[in-house]
Amino acid sequence: MSDTLWATILGMFVVTFLVRASFLVFGQGLRFPPALVQALGHVPVAVLTAIIVPEAVAPAGQLDLSLTNPYLVGTVVAGAIAWKNGRTLTAVIASFAVFGLLRWLA
Amino acid sequence: MQSKLPVALAGARDTLPLAVGAMPFGVIFGTLAVAAGLPPIAAIAMSAIVFAGSAQFISLALIGGGAALPVIWLTTGIVNLRHALYSATLQPVARRWTLPWRLLTAFWLTDECFAVLERRRQTAGDADALPYYLGSALFFYLNWLSWTAVGTLLSQQMPGLAALGLDFAMIGTFAAMAAPQLTALTPVAVALTAGSVAWQAHSLPYKLGLVLAALAGVLVGVMRDYRKRRMATAAP
Repeated sequence: MSDTLWATILGMFVVTFLVRASFLVFGQGLRFPPALVQALGHVPVAVLTAIIVPEAVAPAGQLDLSLTNPYLVGTVVAGAIAWKNGRTLTAVIASFAVFGLLRWLA
Repeated sequence: MQSKLPVALAGARDTLPLAVGAMPFGVIFGTLAVAAGLPPIAAIAMSAIVFAGSAQFISLALIGGGAALPVIWLTTGIVNLRHALYSATLQPVARRWTLPWRLLTAFWLTDECFAVLERRRQTAGDADALPYYLGSALFFYLNWLSWTAVGTLLSQQMPGLAALGLDFAMIGTFAAMAAPQLTALTPVAVALTAGSVAWQAHSLPYKLGLVLAALAGVLVGVMRDYRKRRMATAAP
């Protein structure tokens, strides 16, 4: 395993641990402003869509919004099923199937 | 100490449904990590040392995309910031615990174990919260490690998984994780902003566009929350 990979993992550990230890270990009597709590609630959606969109709309680098783009169709399928019934695993498996089918047809 | 064991076991038992829920993610993480080119030991080390599901997934996308180390660390921090909230919530309970226990509690702090402990505190109060939490967290930790390892084994059994389009598996999984949260206009606005900024900025080096897009999305969310609060207080 490369040094860069170790550095990546150790850095991720340090950042994660400091956040988790923040109040438990260092912050006796600190309070969390409610506006910040609300802002944190937006983080998962923001980060996930920021990763998904470029990969889905342009898997090869150029914009491809057609129905023959398996990445785009698969992403929409995964999102739609998960949104409808909340079952993550079902959505993931169904989207893999659709993606595989489109790849195979292409 | 003997009398603490049943409490710890109860903690583990109450964590079981969440551990089952984490199982597919552990397997998928291990599989994707190996398919993304990480040695199995690195995937398992990440689960053992970092122990933060969503940040681990996102780091794979970043490592695969050639992101700079500071970008990976910064993103990890942003994604895990919510844990500071849990840390703050548990702080009054943990005040009586010695430092080593508080360090261990912090290391094992996850969405799942926090939720389990909070539910118990509502019914049983803070008595024996430490052994209960330790039982819950140790079980959840071993669960995550085991399923990560299973995923790496699976991936090794099927070389060429990456060529089959495992790069899609990651974004398909992310889409399934994000979509259920789009239940109101504000999260939709957050997603639209983050998505379009990410597309506009996708050619920036080191995946900086991702950080920019995430911040823009959160900013729009904060602005909408602020306006909603203003309107609520201004209403007659």
